[in-house]
Amino acid sequence: MASRPVAIIAGGLVTALVAVPLAAVFYRAGGGSSLGAAEWSALRFTVWQAFLSALLSCLLAIPAARALSRRRFPGRDVLVTILGAPFILPVIVAILGLLAVFGREGMISQLLMTFGLPRLSIYGLHGIFLAHVFFNLPLATRLILQGWSEVPAERFRLAAQLGLSSRALYQIIEWPMLRKTVPGAFLVIFVICLSSFAVALTLGGGPKATTVELAIYQAFRFDFDLGKAATLALLQLVLVGTASLVLLRLIGPMSSDVGQCRVLQRWDGQSIPAKSIDSAVIVLIALFLLLPILSVFMRGAMGLADLPLSVWTAAGHSIQVALASTALCIAFALPLASARQGQTVALLGFALSPLVLGTGLFLILQPYTNPFEWALPVTCVVNALMSLPFAVRAIAPALEQAEADYGRTADMLNLTGWSRWRWLYLPRIRRPLGFAAGLAAALSMGDLGVIILFADPERATLPLQMYRLMGAYQMDAAGGTALLLLMLSLGAFWLFDKGGRYGSST
Amino acid sequence: MALRLENLILQKGAFRLEANLTVPENSFTAVIGPSGAGKSTLFDAVAGFLPSASGNISWDGTPLFDLPPGKRPVAMLFQDNNLFPHLTIGQNVGLALTQKSRLSEEQRQAVERVLIRVGLEEMANRKPSQLSGGQISRAALARLLLQDKCLWLLDEPFSALGPALKSEMLKLVREVAEEKNATVLMITHDPQDARAVAPLSLLVAENSAAGPFKTDELLNNPPLALAEYLGH
Repeated sequence: MASRPVAIIAGGLVTALVAVPLAAVFYRAGGGSSLGAAEWSALRFTVWQAFLSALLSCLLAIPAARALSRRRFPGRDVLVTILGAPFILPVIVAILGLLAVFGREGMISQLLMTFGLPRLSIYGLHGIFLAHVFFNLPLATRLILQGWSEVPAERFRLAAQLGLSSRALYQIIEWPMLRKTVPGAFLVIFVICLSSFAVALTLGGGPKATTVELAIYQAFRFDFDLGKAATLALLQLVLVGTASLVLLRLIGPMSSDVGQCRVLQRWDGQSIPAKSIDSAVIVLIALFLLLPILSVFMRGAMGLADLPLSVWTAAGHSIQVALASTALCIAFALPLASARQGQTVALLGFALSPLVLGTGLFLILQPYTNPFEWALPVTCVVNALMSLPFAVRAIAPALEQAEADYGRTADMLNLTGWSRWRWLYLPRIRRPLGFAAGLAAALSMGDLGVIILFADPERATLPLQMYRLMGAYQMDAAGGTALLLLMLSLGAFWLFDKGGRYGSST
Repeated sequence: MALRLENLILQKGAFRLEANLTVPENSFTAVIGPSGAGKSTLFDAVAGFLPSASGNISWDGTPLFDLPPGKRPVAMLFQDNNLFPHLTIGQNVGLALTQKSRLSEEQRQAVERVLIRVGLEEMANRKPSQLSGGQISRAALARLLLQDKCLWLLDEPFSALGPALKSEMLKLVREVAEEKNATVLMITHDPQDARAVAPLSLLVAENSAAGPFKTDELLNNPPLALAEYLGH
């Protein structure tokens, strides 16, 4: 499809960007150091929390998806759309929202206190857990909901004609569907939670709640123990790499357009208990998702008026980083998506750890220049690599479809190289391209990862600035910053996604 | 200026097709045969989508085998997807002349003329989705006219049209092919179509392409494989 040299160059660049920093870490460390008790405990904790988070997210998602799949109610489509939001929600913003609801000073604690009960605390394992479920329950719900909406309508009609009991219906229709969808959803969430950094940084820490990613940061930033950082980096690479490989065998291409997942017309579940359970589930999930986001809006509105100048400077940095990172991500994604091997290369982004990459780039830059001056470009590159697998998985199917449908007509017109992109591919992939760009922009805008390694008062991004404000207990300013960051992330996604849809025909 | 297939052997998995024939220039030749006999495979090889296992394909004495599809003197119309749905009819047709974003004044006029010729004046700014099936076929034909290729391969591009529209399109193709001195090969499942427009026919059956035969004689006294297919 795309000219091979371009795809090969892009693939080579991406591979080098991943491999060279890793090699640098090992080189400077003089090899790895052996694993101590702390590292083993970080590994155990990482796997354990990822397993629990994925399990709980999936278990809760099943009734939620079932209720959404068979009930019509005003606001259903909005709710399904909102299920997509946590994916592009900046982690640090969501955490502020969760603290406002579930934290020591939060709504629920206040409520408990009026009844004379003890307050909640969400630091440690259960906090990490709560945040992961907040992010991933919606994802799991969407994936399972899609499975439900792919069940042919005729099956439910047939079941209604045969008068199947809800138990039989479950065995014949629902269980086979769940058996197909749930393992994929579980693994996606498991892999995402393995690389959890920002959540562990803000809510975890301490020997009992440290993920491998967080341990790399601590080894690098606090101890500057490169041997330990290198060993942990390798550990993380093997861990996430293995899990990603299993995942890739299991899941199909990522859809850019889950749509509204049409409501199934079903004739079961008309009993009063079934209806009340579904209603309760829908209300609970809506509250769980909306309350933290709404509280960010409410608290932020107050702080937004008098934000310190440093926040606006950081916002400027974040917008620049996000735009440059989006451009870079798309520039890699287009050639890679057009070649099978390229698609595999792009998946490196899944397996790589931003902190490992950041550490490596730091070490490469250090002999020549002050690495802190490179904080923003490094963040930009790392963010682009992290969004790359999502972008490629969104674009590749549309690209393949365009080639399958119109490739021969394009051949007949001698459309090759850039002309083929200009006349065939780009117009045909506008929607997934817009979606991918929106995703890359939003993820970069809200990322609190590699930037923290290079933290320096002059070159902060918005999420880092917000983290600092929270650390300094300037909660009003942090709240205002959170709202600003939320609007920038969602706004960036909306603009690009809309741009892809605008004027795109069929 | 004839199309020569010399000792051509095409291989596609376990499927194999042999051809050793010459199609005269400026002829209108139908390609008939049972489903799955290899009619489309033959077209793919001539258009450059399928490499030949051995033998030669040449046009006017020039071998075609090392030319990519876009550089061959061949234009092919497929059953569907001949027009890009995201481009207007004018843009689709204009691609025959230039791959630049803007047409020159001269090119714009050429597009206009050819659209008038196929009866689609007024339609230049519409997208294919706003056109009927017959109009889409006409637009594809308009582009074929501008492409300046001497060999046209029609892989049942009108099979989705109703009988009246189809015979109207066939008549139009025949007229414009004569105006352009084009050589036409047309796959068809309908013996009536072949009789109506194609004086000559190739028979593709039992792993070989043979001919050309006079269409009437072939259809009046079909060999066994064709007779079974036609239901005689």
